[in-house]
Amino acid sequence: MSTLLTQLELGPMFRALMRNKIGALLIALQIALTLTIMVNAIFMMQERSQQMARASGLDEANTFYLSNTVFAQNYNLKTALQQDLQRIRQTPGVVDATQINAIPLSGGGWSMSLQTKAGDDIEGTGTAVYMVDEHGINSMGLELIAGENFQNSDIGWREEGSTKWPPKAIISKALAETMFEGDWKNALGKTVYIDNHQPVQVIGIIKALQAPWNGWNGVERSMLVPQQLDSKGSRFFIRTEPGRRDELMPVIEKMLAESDRGRIIRNVNSMEQTRDESYQEHQATNTILLTVIIVLTLITGFGIVGLAMFSINRRTRQIGTRRALGASQWQVMRYFMLENLLISFAGVILGAAGAIGLNIWLVATFEMSPLSPVLLVIGVVALLIVGQLAVSYPALIASKISPATATRGRA
Amino acid sequence: MFSYYLKLAYLSCKRTWGMTLLMVCAIGLGIGASMTTITVNYLMSANPIPQKSEQLFFVQMDSWQPNDPYSDDGDAPTQLTYRDATYLWQAQKAKRQTIQSGMAAVIEPADKEVLPFMVQGRANSADFFPMFDVPFLYGSGWDHQADLKKERVIVINAELNERLFGGKDSTGQTVRMAGEDYKITGVMDRWNPKPRFYDISTGSFNDVEEVFVPFSLITEQKFDRSGNTNCWKPTESGFQAFLDSECIWVQLWVELPTAQDKEAYFSFMNAYAKEQNQYGRFARTDNNKLRDVMQWLEYAEVVSDDASMMMAMSLMFLLVCLLNTVGLLLAKFLGKASEIGVRQALGASRNDLFIQHLIESGCIGLAGGLLGLVLAILGLEAIKVMYGDWIRDLAQLDFTLVAMAIGLAIVSALLAGLYPTWRACQVQPSVQLKSQ
Repeated sequence: MSTLLTQLELGPMFRALMRNKIGALLIALQIALTLTIMVNAIFMMQERSQQMARASGLDEANTFYLSNTVFAQNYNLKTALQQDLQRIRQTPGVVDATQINAIPLSGGGWSMSLQTKAGDDIEGTGTAVYMVDEHGINSMGLELIAGENFQNSDIGWREEGSTKWPPKAIISKALAETMFEGDWKNALGKTVYIDNHQPVQVIGIIKALQAPWNGWNGVERSMLVPQQLDSKGSRFFIRTEPGRRDELMPVIEKMLAESDRGRIIRNVNSMEQTRDESYQEHQATNTILLTVIIVLTLITGFGIVGLAMFSINRRTRQIGTRRALGASQWQVMRYFMLENLLISFAGVILGAAGAIGLNIWLVATFEMSPLSPVLLVIGVVALLIVGQLAVSYPALIASKISPATATRGRA
Repeated sequence: MFSYYLKLAYLSCKRTWGMTLLMVCAIGLGIGASMTTITVNYLMSANPIPQKSEQLFFVQMDSWQPNDPYSDDGDAPTQLTYRDATYLWQAQKAKRQTIQSGMAAVIEPADKEVLPFMVQGRANSADFFPMFDVPFLYGSGWDHQADLKKERVIVINAELNERLFGGKDSTGQTVRMAGEDYKITGVMDRWNPKPRFYDISTGSFNDVEEVFVPFSLITEQKFDRSGNTNCWKPTESGFQAFLDSECIWVQLWVELPTAQDKEAYFSFMNAYAKEQNQYGRFARTDNNKLRDVMQWLEYAEVVSDDASMMMAMSLMFLLVCLLNTVGLLLAKFLGKASEIGVRQALGASRNDLFIQHLIESGCIGLAGGLLGLVLAILGLEAIKVMYGDWIRDLAQLDFTLVAMAIGLAIVSALLAGLYPTWRACQVQPSVQLKSQ
């Protein structure tokens, strides 16, 4: 061990570092701060990416929706709705269409609380509510994994201001799991209660369907109820054959707008567009964080290059002397590489402590989750590599210093 | 002497241009990133109505269910039930008060060639306009009588006036909205407070609405409500049942000029809660709140977590850039040791040397600051593109921010330059001259 230490010149190296404490300290501090920021920024990016990667349960590539706002007086909403749906469904290229009260991930919707027992003081489970007809599952491209779909006879009208709920519902697997202690299959056929007292039977379970609010911790919990809205403002959700969505969006908008002048067709949006808008902030924040990490690493790297160049310039004569006394080029290079490793090591240890500290503060202030240790290890290794890469060029230059320099006058 | 030092700084920077460039870039990037995030935070936490923010109060009453408080921290709900809000409004106990909710309706232009379109609006009371110092291009708001008599009156914004009337004075004319004619009492001038403090329930930085109508019309079901509605108690079907329900969806602002006014109003609210408690409502009678504009915005956390987190990150980033600069300047000044020795030997005092090097670091700081300013402008543009429309007004540099950026740059550079400069002045001329 002691021979190895002597071989690696750690003793003289340490003494040399002590003579230029400030320079070494500055690099170590820079590395420490870089690690602190880098690890936490990557962690924040990971959290957002995971949120964005969650499946909505919809056939996003082939679905779109539009808002239908009626302004004419004495308008027969019920007849018009049936006519509209029929027209849309008959359009070539359309797979299916339904009326719906809210759009997943759009930010606006309806939520209710479901409970397994009736009563006023029973704690319930919050869920998003989608009102659809028997075409709902097919129009959204949902996967029914247990039970059955609604029948045409199940569909009722929901008058404006009504607080009555239909007796049947289809719920998402995540909602079933929350309500029935992880055993989602158990939910099928059970009666649950909505609005504290009204019984609803679970007739089907869908694999996934996200709520309208992406930031809600219950975003995977949703339910379908067999109702059509008797309302002046409604939405149609439409699914097309693969690849025909963009072509059909303007066609259907025009068809509906022209068929009836007593209403406005607006907000014609694809589901993909809605997802992008929904996660726009997440996406932007991730881009900024990535830029910060890259620029920060570059600055630290170049800082190391600059300081190493300087210290080599100042020590040209000593290096020449060492070379003249028999040190090989490789030994000179190794000296500077090792010196950087020593400094970087101090930096990453300090930085690891800083990263954990910053994470504790972030957790306390912004309700973030704690950092994973694996990420910290990756960050440490990455920065040690960056340090070695940065110092390799100056070290190479140092190794090229000719032994003859020792004999010349100026340092 | 100053210009001579400037020349020396120029020559020195030119000689070690790589290092100088690195320092300028480091300071520039640090300042650019910090200024970008500081700007967004500064504008998010701005006072949208500084002249009277301390006299305007947001009323919160805890009508929420007895077993489970509305929010995790136990605070009162952020909206009121219709019956509580109208009771407080009708009492007219404050200097001014406005009851409000969002609305939306379809406007049918007189010109039949133009397609009908949807507008976002606000249903509020007459006091809304004088209370919030709303500027008018033409006319004014309506009066209290119009509220009581449920008159079909409307205030439209300048953009809508442009669209419907080509920007001419349209007061007295009518607009066809939701199937009825509304008489225009005033056209609002451009007004877009950020945050939109008077209603942040659907987004703190939304734009001001296009139309304003008396709140009393909303209860006549003349048009659709918009905004959030939260209910905890099952209710019967029908609109009247909804109005009588425990659902919260109405907001109330009051203007109370003095501390005594505030105290009096607060006891009035609490007395009302106590009285309601006797009928089985208001389980928590002393959990009512009267917050002024800035207290309310702070409580509602309008500055997004992302924005504060980014600011913390970017300030640490600036610190890294400064450490970088300290190291490089140190290297640079110590590299000039022999030159400093010669200058000292030729009679330059330590003071002279100190000023000379401080000017050199100041110049680097100034260059970095200017670069930072350019980067901040680019950064804000990027933020506008990436975050979308709502951030538009929150990503603009004003004079204060520009001055702050330059100040920050120079202070940073001088701080970074201080230690290296001091070290440079410690050079012993004899040692340097001997080694020549």
